[in-house]
Amino acid sequence: MSEIHFDEQVDITDVVCPVTFVKAKVALEEMDEGQVLAVKMNDGEPVQNVPRSIKEEGHQILKLDTNDDGTYTLFVKKVGE
Amino acid sequence: MAVDYATLKKGGFMRQKQKNNFSLRLRTVGGHMSAEQLAKVAEVAEKYGEGYVHLTSRQGVEIPFIKLDQIEEVKNALAEGDVVPGVCGPRVRTVTACQGAAICQSGCIDTYALAKELDERYFGYELPHKFKFGITGCQNNCLKAEENDVGIKGGMQVAWVEDKCIQCGVCVKACRNEAITLEDGKISIDTGKCNYCGRCVKSCPVDAYDAQPGYIVSFGGTFGNHISKGETIIPFIESHEKLLKVCDAALKFFEQNGKAGERLKFTIDRTGKEAFEKAIKEAYENE
Repeated sequence: MSEIHFDEQVDITDVVCPVTFVKAKVALEEMDEGQVLAVKMNDGEPVQNVPRSIKEEGHQILKLDTNDDGTYTLFVKKVGE
Repeated sequence: MAVDYATLKKGGFMRQKQKNNFSLRLRTVGGHMSAEQLAKVAEVAEKYGEGYVHLTSRQGVEIPFIKLDQIEEVKNALAEGDVVPGVCGPRVRTVTACQGAAICQSGCIDTYALAKELDERYFGYELPHKFKFGITGCQNNCLKAEENDVGIKGGMQVAWVEDKCIQCGVCVKACRNEAITLEDGKISIDTGKCNYCGRCVKSCPVDAYDAQPGYIVSFGGTFGNHISKGETIIPFIESHEKLLKVCDAALKFFEQNGKAGERLKFTIDRTGKEAFEKAIKEAYENE
């Protein structure tokens, strides 16, 4: 599987809902359209809900990778200014 | 002249412990009231009541301390604001609903439209005992469908669309029932585990699911003196027509078999589950 190139990364494993999504959203706001953000998140509620919330914001989800430590990395391409 | 309390109760006037005072229940559907209606309710509560309303457990509004000799006047005043009294007693009560798909991101069905339709079809229909419909838009069950004699829960029957899928894996984790697996670039759905919640559909970034909205219906719920959860005895219903037939069948069964003062759950228990299930399944299977 080819590695996805990303421009920025954010770790939301140290916060809980709703700050998980907020932290990812803030990171996306600081980026340029078309850039890719890697969001590291925990299993359970974050991985169940954060991808959907980011989708509902209008960004493009590219991939969800499972990491060796039980966390996940979601790759998101920023859509819009 | 003797006061006909039964008629007053039927018309939504609940007798208070304070003599000649009534708490007037208003007709609401799915917890929805217009600003115009609310303004009229406020005016009437101020003028004829004690300046407040009570919000009931089933999305109703009651104006307490309405005086017996002002009942007709109050009804006329309310009518000016498109507000009418509700019902109490042995009949179909307020149809409750969450905000549903028209407003809520989680909603799978338009609960308010359905509540209005069921209200028009059944509201106030005379039965052996009270009869409650509740409609909730999804598995989050904010409206607590299974508390009702007939509970309707929105859901989505899903099918994977291979050529749109980017194999991102989001739906696999969005599913709370572990019904979805992604292997060798292919999604498979365990229909035995799927509860029609629609989370896969809503989380999919590329709309790689075909989603058919529909209804999961439960029967015989009651949450008063006796607490019992409504049971689902038929599969997911895709068709709106079929839903109405099934609701008709439940009401008809209760009308024909229920004893006065007996909730649907106890009619089902007394007559035997088989008879009720037969009636519902016939309606479900009848095209």
